[in-house]
Amino acid sequence: MDEPRIDQLTGRPTMGHEFDGIEELNTPMPRWWLWTFYLTIIWGIGYTIAYPAWPMVSGATAGLLGYSTRGEVIADIADHEASNAALVTELNAADLAAFDPQSDLHRYAVARGASVFRAQCSQCHGSGAAGAVGYPNLLDNDWLWGGTLEEVAYSVRHGIRNETDGDARYSQMPAFGDMLESSEIEALVAFVPTLADADWDSAGAVLYADNCASCHGERGLGDRSMGAPNLADAIWLYGGDSASLTETISNARFGVMPAWGQRLSEEDVRAVSTYVHSLGGGE
Amino acid sequence: MTTQNNSLYAAREPIFPKRVYGTFRNLKWAIMAVTLGIYYLVPWLRWDRGLNLPDQAVLIDLANRRFYFFWIEIWPHEFYFVAGLLIMAGLGLFLFTSALGRVWCGYTCPQTVWTDLFILVERWIEGDRNARIRLHRATWTPRKATLRLFKWTVWALIGVATAGAWVFYFADAPTLANQFLTLTAPAVAWTTVAILTATTVVLGGFMREQVCIYMCPWPRIQGAMMDDSTLTVAYRDWRGEPRGKARDATAGDCVDCNACVAVCPMGIDIRDGQQMECITCALCIDACDDIMGKLGRDRGLIDYLALSDAPAEQAGKKPRPIWTHILRPRTILYSIIWAAFGFAMMYALFIRPEIELTVAPVRNPTFVILSDGSIRNAYEIRLRNKHGEPRQFGIHVTGDLALRIELEGTPYESVEVAPDATHRLRVYVTTPPGGEIAQTDESPIRFWIEDLGNGERAFVNTVFNGTGAQQ
Repeated sequence: MDEPRIDQLTGRPTMGHEFDGIEELNTPMPRWWLWTFYLTIIWGIGYTIAYPAWPMVSGATAGLLGYSTRGEVIADIADHEASNAALVTELNAADLAAFDPQSDLHRYAVARGASVFRAQCSQCHGSGAAGAVGYPNLLDNDWLWGGTLEEVAYSVRHGIRNETDGDARYSQMPAFGDMLESSEIEALVAFVPTLADADWDSAGAVLYADNCASCHGERGLGDRSMGAPNLADAIWLYGGDSASLTETISNARFGVMPAWGQRLSEEDVRAVSTYVHSLGGGE
Repeated sequence: MTTQNNSLYAAREPIFPKRVYGTFRNLKWAIMAVTLGIYYLVPWLRWDRGLNLPDQAVLIDLANRRFYFFWIEIWPHEFYFVAGLLIMAGLGLFLFTSALGRVWCGYTCPQTVWTDLFILVERWIEGDRNARIRLHRATWTPRKATLRLFKWTVWALIGVATAGAWVFYFADAPTLANQFLTLTAPAVAWTTVAILTATTVVLGGFMREQVCIYMCPWPRIQGAMMDDSTLTVAYRDWRGEPRGKARDATAGDCVDCNACVAVCPMGIDIRDGQQMECITCALCIDACDDIMGKLGRDRGLIDYLALSDAPAEQAGKKPRPIWTHILRPRTILYSIIWAAFGFAMMYALFIRPEIELTVAPVRNPTFVILSDGSIRNAYEIRLRNKHGEPRQFGIHVTGDLALRIELEGTPYESVEVAPDATHRLRVYVTTPPGGEIAQTDESPIRFWIEDLGNGERAFVNTVFNGTGAQQ
């Protein structure tokens, strides 16, 4: 390494190193740049003292300011809840039978209910509320227990076939596998899908009238007071093919749903009911 | 030979630009007045948009996500207008740089304009170059302290005014000004003013040329923008050299008076040739022209000059006229692209509808079978009303006669959309079972909205999902 010297052409000092005759000139950086660099180091050290930074054996240093992202989220949520408090009070006092779908309160209930739905209901009913076999589709206009906002809210609050809630919805269908011959069940399976325009002289029709009509109605239109499904429509909760119907008639089906009134706040029950009611099937 | 000082860091050499008179100085004063005038005054311009909208001509309303520019209102989904403006600004820089070098740096860059303003204040308070150099070298006396404090105070006031004007672009100016006066302005306004005051004073008062030399990326990019036909500030060394006394007949025109160096805000000697530090403010041209005039010699020893003209001039030929440097294929091409963007944006602006909709088909599930077997699709529709008053929007669907439309939460086929607002609603389209569209996988349909007030219409194409191969 050569000694730094003055480059003849430019009159500037060189850095003292040379490669193949090429020398680097010393073009000094401004000193404030250096100080800025030191300042950022000091700032960085201060930052790691003020905020959580240094990893320890378990966890990390907490920082003098006591900041945490979790704490910030909690504060944010508390802020939101505080700013929504008036709407919540209003929602809890609202008359669901006369809930104006154009109102801001209704919009709030739908938005709030959508997040409740995703957290609590989507596991069975699907994130789009389209349901699955055994879990009702909440988008269509077929309701086992009624599709007005109040009826939906009742189902949500008290659940279906839920023993912990004395007001839960209960429907009871006998397992006809023990009561009917397999040929009779076959006849019913053949008859039930034709209910919409049925041949009332068939063997199935007689069996239907004797065994099923008391709950599902003479014309198979169902009975919401008992939660008896409409058998004359296009919707089959457990499938409308022969195998599924045979299974349903033989062993009966007993869907269950939690009583959400026990788990959710009143405003969340109302909100999620409003949301479900606003998905297209609401009556 | 070793150097006495081979430190890798150097302190800033203070620069004391001398007052100069001349064409380019006057041009710079005019540009400073216009640009600063625009900057400080525009937030106070009013523009009546009706009852429900702000009446500030230029307003960036972040809270409500609107940008108002006189009669133009930009919504967030129209951000491409801003992108287009940025593209035009970029192309404009290319155009001006290829024709006139760093003309942006020398005349209109905020750093240059504010530095010029701060130097003006400095000169008023502390005197011209020589007085300022003396004051700089003097020990601290009450007089020096007084002058310095006075200068810094005026700088700080300019900084506050600058920062204050900035925040007025983001809120109603008279309201915010009143809030400042009554100390009720929001914290973010105070913080912004504090930060921008500090940066204005530091960058314009103390950093000055350091910003251009060390902080700004633009001088580095210039190299790619300029060519040897570009007009830049240059020294006619073939005319000026060798330097000598005015009465020395063998010497060139340059009398080595150092006037060009004394006025330079960047602290360089333009006679060393084109250099990165030069912002082409042209003040050295004024300074030199002044001296040449006094000596009875031709002006233009330092002048706007293209490198490509130098050989011709040295050979005694006349330089090409200025316009041939400005009107070149390159600059014409930049102008055409720039204008194309401008016209495209103007066109987009004028055909922009006052009502709009976007349609998002609900895909989870794609369709629902109703109890009578009908097929129903749901759509999330956003209606945008850009008018200043509420409008009633009718919604229709076309594509198949068997389609029926329903709006969630209302028995009607129209909704009211608030002024200058977006309205979201869920819309159902149903078709009876068995029809062609019910059994097709996907059928094209079209949503129409109609402003029931004036008949203005808009549409969006989407699809209707049938059962397809499933049934």
